[in-house]
Amino acid sequence: MSDLLKIADKTYSSRLLVGTGKYKNFTETRAAIDASGAEIVTVAIRRTNIGQTAGEPSLLDFLPPEEFTYLPNTAGCYSADDAVRTLRLARELLDGHKLVKLEVLGDPNTLYPNMIETIAAAKTLVKEGFDVMVYCSDDPIIAKQLEEIGCCAVMPLASLIGSGMGILNPWNLQIIIENAKIPVLVDAGVGTASDAAIAMELGCQGVLMNTAIAAAGNPVLMAGAMKKAVEAGRDAYLAGRMPKKLYSASPSSPSTGLIT
Amino acid sequence: MQLTINGKPRSFDAASFSVAHLVNTLELTGKRLAIERNGEIVPRSQFEATQLLDGDKLEIVGAVGGG
Repeated sequence: MSDLLKIADKTYSSRLLVGTGKYKNFTETRAAIDASGAEIVTVAIRRTNIGQTAGEPSLLDFLPPEEFTYLPNTAGCYSADDAVRTLRLARELLDGHKLVKLEVLGDPNTLYPNMIETIAAAKTLVKEGFDVMVYCSDDPIIAKQLEEIGCCAVMPLASLIGSGMGILNPWNLQIIIENAKIPVLVDAGVGTASDAAIAMELGCQGVLMNTAIAAAGNPVLMAGAMKKAVEAGRDAYLAGRMPKKLYSASPSSPSTGLIT
Repeated sequence: MQLTINGKPRSFDAASFSVAHLVNTLELTGKRLAIERNGEIVPRSQFEATQLLDGDKLEIVGAVGGG
């Protein structure tokens, strides 16, 4: 049985999307991403170092764009204009690549998204032909609006970026999932494997994370744990969990044939 | 001519040259990058044909690790 993640008419067998920041070096980045099994990797767009050593290795040497689907982000952007500008550059950088992660931040301390600017940027980007996966607050109305604008996936936060606090509002997330006709992925706030499994059990189509892997004591081991958690959570969701009961009046062992 | 590259002023002897020449001068040939000139993207196919002028502001960007 094939159970594929479909985003903007392309399918992926991995439901774990990973960031490429905060690793010790590119070798560790590559090893962790291999262990995660991720096919989609996020990258940031930044000014090139001018006058640095010419032969300096780049991220792309370790993660060739032929092997992975790049998801350029707008991390660090605080206005719709900056986000749109960044992704236009990303599209040129990656030879017309359309799949992007939009995030417009509202505050440097919490990195909480500014949804007014995010919505404005999403409108422009969709009009310009981008496939927009959008980082958002866990507000069901906002999530629906982003879908109506034409985003190809909504990615509500589990908790604040880099906080590792896990899913703080599973009920909102559930409402977003129930109402959505496009994939819902949890982005940001996952701290450990059980958080990823819970997101998937709730019915998320995927999970995007960076710090939970990169800041783990052993990033490669944690990447493997996240892979299993996402797969286990997905299977549990598809299998359908048993109802929760305060008491169980049906024991698992036979109630006949007891020794008296 | 004077150019502003990634926010820093830089002086060049020539009065004008192409974007391709600049990329070569900065030892960025073959690197995956995107260039914006005065707020407009210069497509890679136009590097040879685009002449830079005194006062131009350039952004040269690449992909780096990020979440």
